[in-house]
Amino acid sequence: MSGLSTPSTLPLPRLRPWLLLGVPVLLLVAYLVLMDNGAVSQAGTYLHELMHDGRHLLGVPCH
Amino acid sequence: MVRTLLVRGLLLGLVAGLIAGAFAFAVGEPRVESAIALEEAAAAPAGHADHDHDHDHGAVVSRPVQKAGLFLATGLYGLAVGGIFALVYAGLRGRVGPRSEGGLGLAAAGVAFVAVILVPFMKYPANPPAVGDPETITGRTLLYVVMVLVGLAATAIAVATARQVGAGPWARWAAAVAAFLVPVVAAWLLLPTVDEVPEGFPATLLWEFRLASLGTQLVFWAAFGALFGWACDRAARVPKAAPVAAA
Repeated sequence: MSGLSTPSTLPLPRLRPWLLLGVPVLLLVAYLVLMDNGAVSQAGTYLHELMHDGRHLLGVPCH
Repeated sequence: MVRTLLVRGLLLGLVAGLIAGAFAFAVGEPRVESAIALEEAAAAPAGHADHDHDHDHGAVVSRPVQKAGLFLATGLYGLAVGGIFALVYAGLRGRVGPRSEGGLGLAAAGVAFVAVILVPFMKYPANPPAVGDPETITGRTLLYVVMVLVGLAATAIAVATARQVGAGPWARWAAAVAAFLVPVVAAWLLLPTVDEVPEGFPATLLWEFRLASLGTQLVFWAAFGALFGWACDRAARVPKAAPVAAA
């Protein structure tokens, strides 16, 4: 195991913009896949039905 | 560095999502089909009841397309979750958890599965079509999200507690597990129970569906943790050779 390098710590100021921008965008994608029921968009109903089986099998609440 | 990790998380998340989709297609779809057949049989006597959530004829999306949509759903899910995981991982590196890249990747994926999937599942397990009142979808979704947040908060509390206890690994692990379980069990007891399984719905089908659903998430997190850990481990070895090549 000594062959593996100890991971270097990334300074928080460098990480912050990524977290502030990336996480909300990715959470929105997850929300559209898992949770949206047409509340956000008219396409929501379509998305819901399109990913219907995936929702059920990923274990999130569904109709 | 963060960008590299993010791209790695997005791509490997997508791959793991498609692997989980294949599992869900093989193991879960037959149960979804059975449940929909029961739902339609139950709706039939009422003479084409104007169900706003018709699963077949006249539905917004036909069944074959929904089956293909399964892969779109698990793929996009993997992409989003993998990206978020990578950004969190970037912050954890060198601060908490195992010191090796692969070890941290696997451990973080395992913890994520327990906190974000298993904890909510124990309280609000997955349901097949035909189980669940469409009227309560918003409330159920909210409760589910609360349970996810409880799992994440309990993990943070457990990590903070483990860092406070310095008295050997046994005491540290016991303290961490207790600190995790107290908020989780409290939420299990305090939050309202949802029981919308219609009378006469086959218990075996419900059980098999729930196993398939939990299995889908388990396959995703196992595949993603292994792939991500492996990729990080591999990348960590490369820089040692790089200066020689650059010189």
